[in-house]
Amino acid sequence: MTAAGSAQIIGDGERIVVSGDWILEHAAALAARLPEIKRRAGHAFALDAHALGRLDTAGASLLLDLADGDSARISGLEPAAKSMLGVVAGALAAHARKKAPRDLGLLGSVAHVGEALETFWRNLIALVGFVGVVLSALARSALLPKRWRVTSTFFHIEQTGFNALPIVALLCFLVGAVVAFLGATVLKEFGASVYTVELVGYSFLREFGVLLTAIMVAGRSGSAFTAQIGSMKAREEVDAIRTLGLDPINVLVLPRVLALMVSMPILTLVGMLAGIVGGGAVCALALDISPQMFITRLHETTTVRHFWVGMAKAPIFAFLIASIGCLEGFKVSGSAESVGTHTTSSVVQAIFVVILVDALAAIFFMELNL
Amino acid sequence: MNAAEPIIRIRGLRNQFGTQVVHENLDLEVRRGEIIGVVGGSGSGKSVLLRSIIGLGRPAAGSITLLGEEVTTLSEARRGAIERRCGVLFQNGALFSSLTVAENVSVPLIEHHALDAAMIERLAAIKVALAGLPPEAGAKYPSELSGGMVKRAALARALALDPDILFLDEPTAGLDPIGASAFDQLILTLRDSLGLTVFLITHDLDTLYAICDRVAVLAQKRILVVDSLDVVERYDDAWVQQYFQGPRGRAAQRAVAAQPARQPHPATGP
Repeated sequence: MTAAGSAQIIGDGERIVVSGDWILEHAAALAARLPEIKRRAGHAFALDAHALGRLDTAGASLLLDLADGDSARISGLEPAAKSMLGVVAGALAAHARKKAPRDLGLLGSVAHVGEALETFWRNLIALVGFVGVVLSALARSALLPKRWRVTSTFFHIEQTGFNALPIVALLCFLVGAVVAFLGATVLKEFGASVYTVELVGYSFLREFGVLLTAIMVAGRSGSAFTAQIGSMKAREEVDAIRTLGLDPINVLVLPRVLALMVSMPILTLVGMLAGIVGGGAVCALALDISPQMFITRLHETTTVRHFWVGMAKAPIFAFLIASIGCLEGFKVSGSAESVGTHTTSSVVQAIFVVILVDALAAIFFMELNL
Repeated sequence: MNAAEPIIRIRGLRNQFGTQVVHENLDLEVRRGEIIGVVGGSGSGKSVLLRSIIGLGRPAAGSITLLGEEVTTLSEARRGAIERRCGVLFQNGALFSSLTVAENVSVPLIEHHALDAAMIERLAAIKVALAGLPPEAGAKYPSELSGGMVKRAALARALALDPDILFLDEPTAGLDPIGASAFDQLILTLRDSLGLTVFLITHDLDTLYAICDRVAVLAQKRILVVDSLDVVERYDDAWVQQYFQGPRGRAAQRAVAAQPARQPHPATGP
């Protein structure tokens, strides 16, 4: 191996001798020294490349730079080096293009806000459209038992329902305990600690049971739907389904939507029970409210309508989460990054929509005095 | 390194997965500056051979000398230095889908060389142009490219570090005949202008006839024969005969015979 590439000025700047290896390894060092050499040399210098060692595309690019792009000014090149210079000069000529300047100022941020709003609006329209497509497919296949995909549906019930039971139960148990602690702390001041039972009962039956389950399911199953359908989309499997005369909505979406609509009420029930057990445990351990007393009081004060208010929301949330998950999956295009982007978007949208609908439902039920 | 010394030398290579032996006592030498084509039936272990040479799979036995160094026993650091002198074009391109073509090409440059951003951008643009892509392709993502452009973009990335050896795994698979023939010519041009050695796995007989200086036949777990095409296609073996004398083989021969003979490469010609 010969020495690192170098360039030396001969005489008073009419000739520059290049020597050594002009290769990528030495490119950084050469690039740093070249402007200085170019400045010190005269304008019409000639390049002497007799002592040139190895030359690769990086070196050739630097050499052309030194010669102001004019390879005729370089003498003493070997044929191989000459062809290398020719190829690189051709490639550089093809590259002569201007980059569009990026605007990062006020205008850019205003445009960004506009884009975000437009995306939000388009997502909303797409979701409403997709919900319509799913509902009509559901109605059509409901009349044709042959088209029901029972195996697939049960598979997804297992995946999204039974496999999620432990984590949903644990989460609700812990939040139930926390709610009971909070209630006990505040209510003790009024000597009304016993109302902790109602607090836990109402909150879990009406809101927390279904809401916590929905958030868990959105993160766990909604994202899985997006990733599954998204990677199928990226590998053209969805197109293959279509060309085989099958409807992707029927094959991919309906089993998932139906499965989640079955799983979610079960999970919600478990979540409600776990939350109440969590609250009951705190009552027994910290408030001297025995489990018997807890259950009796729950019986006396809490009517079953609270349970139905919570449970009625479960299939609706399930439908929304599954629809958003599948829709985002279909939006995936090509790259692996796109799968990631849409999975994130699926979870964020699902949780947002669930909380929004829950808030609307709370007002609705309040107006109905339920 | 001595110019006459083979750039890749494989001796007694043995590869196996569990009890299934893929290669047994495989020998192969690749000369500097040649384009060598490796052919073999599906499942004969062509890709396994390629992966062994570039260090993605560790052979069970045997020695592989790459650029004068025994790679099977080399330390991590020395191995990395050797790997940087090899460019690999994977069968499906294996471009990073979250990066643009130009960024794909820049990745190894940024990782291995302390160059400034403008220099890297310029080098990446040169590689993109060398691979025969239009300048605007540099800003595109792999998912926006056609199959032929993906191959060219992957070739640009393989060339990023100015490798001595270029490994190509089925470069023309999935391309239309015009695109495939253009890609063949591109490889030939790059070999001649950049002084590359090209190790090529292919099923494409047209590629073999058009650009390969020598052809190695991988069958019966070893290299059956390695020589120029006219010797290989007369080799007395049922599989080789079927491969080259089958209906597709003759079609490719006729096509080449109809064209004027290509100038042999000075380093490897007779």
